Amino acid sequence: MSEAPAPPRTSREERVLEIIETARAKRARFRDARITLAHGAGGKATQTLIEGLLVPAFATTGDGVLAQLADAGAIRAGGEGGINLAMTSDSFVVKPLLFPGGSIGELAVNGTVNDLAMSGARPQALTVSMILEEGLESGVLKREVEAIARAAIAAGVEIVGGDTKVVERGAADQMYLCTTGIGVVDPRARLSTDGIRPGDRVLVSGPIGEHGTAIMLARNQFDLDAEIDSDTQSLWPAVDALLDATGESLHCLRDATRGGVASVLNELARASGVSIVVDEANVPVSPIVAAAAELLGIDPMYVANEGRLVAFVAPEHAPAALRALQRTPGSEQAAEIGAVRADPPGMVMVATAFGGRRVMDQLVGDPLPRIC
Amino acid sequence: MKYVDEYRDAELGRALAGQILAEAEPGRHYKLMEVCGGHTHSIYKYGIDDLLPSNVELVHGPGCPVCVIPMGRVDDGIAVAHSPTHPIFTCFGDMLRVPGSEQTLLDAKAEGADVRMVYSPLDALRIARENPDREVVFFAIGFETTAPSTALTLKRAKAEGQTNFSCVCNHVTIVPPLRALLESPDLRLDGFIGPGHVCTVVGARPFDFIPAEYGRPVVISGFEPLDILQSILMILRQLREGRCEVENEYKRVVPQDGNLRALEVMSEVFALRPHFEWRGLGFISQSALRLSDAYADFDAERRFATPNVRVADPKACQCGEVLKGVIKPWECKVFGTACTPEHAIGTCMVSPEGACAAYYNFGRYQRQREAV
Repeated sequence: MSEAPAPPRTSREERVLEIIETARAKRARFRDARITLAHGAGGKATQTLIEGLLVPAFATTGDGVLAQLADAGAIRAGGEGGINLAMTSDSFVVKPLLFPGGSIGELAVNGTVNDLAMSGARPQALTVSMILEEGLESGVLKREVEAIARAAIAAGVEIVGGDTKVVERGAADQMYLCTTGIGVVDPRARLSTDGIRPGDRVLVSGPIGEHGTAIMLARNQFDLDAEIDSDTQSLWPAVDALLDATGESLHCLRDATRGGVASVLNELARASGVSIVVDEANVPVSPIVAAAAELLGIDPMYVANEGRLVAFVAPEHAPAALRALQRTPGSEQAAEIGAVRADPPGMVMVATAFGGRRVMDQLVGDPLPRIC
Repeated sequence: MKYVDEYRDAELGRALAGQILAEAEPGRHYKLMEVCGGHTHSIYKYGIDDLLPSNVELVHGPGCPVCVIPMGRVDDGIAVAHSPTHPIFTCFGDMLRVPGSEQTLLDAKAEGADVRMVYSPLDALRIARENPDREVVFFAIGFETTAPSTALTLKRAKAEGQTNFSCVCNHVTIVPPLRALLESPDLRLDGFIGPGHVCTVVGARPFDFIPAEYGRPVVISGFEPLDILQSILMILRQLREGRCEVENEYKRVVPQDGNLRALEVMSEVFALRPHFEWRGLGFISQSALRLSDAYADFDAERRFATPNVRVADPKACQCGEVLKGVIKPWECKVFGTACTPEHAIGTCMVSPEGACAAYYNFGRYQRQREAV
C-alpha cells in the first residue's frame, strides 16, 4: 500500500509543463489532409483553419483589421470627419430549413445583424445571395423569401441587393443563404476583442442552448419530443440598451452561436489574456434544454444560440447593464454568470453548482454524445 | 429534474466532503481507482476532486470503452466503412474521433464513406429497414453496459429476417482487465470505485475476487456526484476499520445478482473471444465478446474483408503504468512530445478525460490549486 505522502514536484515535471506551454503558445498550423465537419463546428479545428490558413493569407491585404478576429470588420469611410462602418458576411446551411421558432431565412437576417451589433454597429443594410438546388419547391423558396423580408423589417435593415445561383440536384441541400451586412458603429461603443479586464462581469442575455437543442430535436435523430423554440432574434435592441446603460464600460460583446457560450468565453479569454470564472448555478438554462442535454450527454454551454449575447462589463456598471438587458424584450431572463480574473490567463474555469471547480475547455469539433 | 437533482445537492456534498476529510488519515496517501469512464466524466463535470483532501487521489481506470479500442480494430472499422459495396456504417458519437493508425472515422466520412452517428443499435437496425438495398453495419463497442442492447438488436434483426444488417463486435468485459491490473506487482491502488452501470447487468458478485484475492475494497457506485463522494467515504471507512469487501452504494439500481434476462440474451448472442487486445494494456485472455455461431450471419467481420492487422502500441507508450498508478502522466517518455491530444499515441491521451489528456490540458492549473 502506498503510505508515503505525494512526492514533491520535480524539475522534470516543470520542464515537461514548459514544453507543453511552448507548444501551445505557437500559432496554430493547418495541416489536415482534408476538411472534416469538425472544421465547421466553431471549436479548435475551426480555429486552426482561421489562424493557420485564412488570417496568414489575407492579413497581407491590409493593416490588421482581420487579425482582430471580430464578428464584423471595422472600416473608416470618408477620412477625417467621416463615419465608422462595420461590415460582415455570413452563410447559412441549416438543416432542416424550417424548425420550431424560425427558419433559414429568418436566421440569415438575424445572424448577420447580430454580427454587426456585436461590433457596436447599428445594422443598416444587407445583401442576400441564394444557392438553390435544382428541384427545390417554389413554395419553400417563397416562404423563405417572405421570412427574410419579415425579419429585415423587424430588425430595421434594408435588403439592398443579392444574387441567385441554381446548382444541379445533389450539389447543394435545398437552399443555402449567404449574406453581407453593413452597419454604422455607434458613437457610444468602445468594444474590442481584447478589451476585457480583470474584474469585469460576464452577462448572458437569456437562457442558453435553445437554438441548438431545437435544431437537434427537429432533425428527429433522437426519438425525443419536446416543446422548445429556437432563440433566433435580432440582438441590436439589447446592444442599444446596454450601450445606453453603460457606454464605455461595456468592454466586449459576442453572440454565442456555434460552439455556444463555452467557445466564446474560451476565445475571448485567449484574446484578452485573462481568466474567466463561470458560476454554473447562475447560468440560465430552461428545464427542457437541461433535460435534453442530460439525456444526450451534452453540456448546454457548448450548444449553439442565435439570439443570445455574452457581454463583458466593468463591475460598477454590471447591475445597470443587467437591468437594461432584462427590460429588453427577448432578453428578460438575462443573468450575470461570472467574472474575469487575471490568472490563469487564457483559461475558462467553472465553479460547478455542486461546489467543485473545473476547466471549461474548447471543443475540437461538434459536441459528440458520450456512450458512457 | 426529479430523482436526479436530489443527488446533486451542493450542501450534502460539502457535508460528505467534510466526512471524507475526517476519515482520511493525515500522512497517508490514498489512491482510489474509478473503474468506469462514466465516473471519470462525473468527477470531471462536477469538479469532485476539488472537494477531496489532497491526500485522496483518484486514478482513472480502464473503463472508458472508447479509449481501450486498439488502433487495429479502428482500422478494421474504417476498412468496412470504405468497402466497395459502400455500406452505411453506424457507431456511437464518441467513437468518431478515435484515431486509427492513419485516420479517424470522421476522416473516412470526409473521404466519402457513409458514416452515421446513432444513439442506439436499434437506430442502426431502423436504418437497415429503411435502406433495404444497402448494407448497414453497426460498430458495437462497450462493456456489459451496452452489450445487452446490441444483443437484443441482433435478436430482433434475426427474428425480422433482416439480411442487410451486421455488426462489428468489439464488446469487452470488465473483470479480466481489472484482474490484469491487480496481477501486476507494482500496483499502487488502495481501493476501487466499482462500475455501477456494468453492475446493473452483471450484479455485484463478479467483483468479490478483488477483496478476496487481492485485498482491496470495492464500493459499487452510482454516477451522480453524491454517489461518488459517498462511495469514496465508504472505501476510506473500510480501510480505516480494516474491512475489505464489496459494498453496494448504488442499491437503488444494482441488484446483487444483476439482470438475469440481459445475461441470458448476451449468452445467446455472444461467445467469449480467446483473447483481445486492449489499448495500453496489451492482450488479455477471455476479455471480449464475438458473435456466437448462431449469429454468424450478422458478423460483419465475416461479411467484409478487413485488414485485421495488429497495430502495436508504440513501445515508448506507458499507458499501462499510468493506469496502474505507477507513474504520473508527465513521467511517461513520450508525454507532451510525441503524444499530445492532437496526435494521441496512447489510450490515456485519446479521450479528453483520460489521465494524460487531463494533465496535458490542466496540469498547470492543478498545480496552482494544490499550492493554494
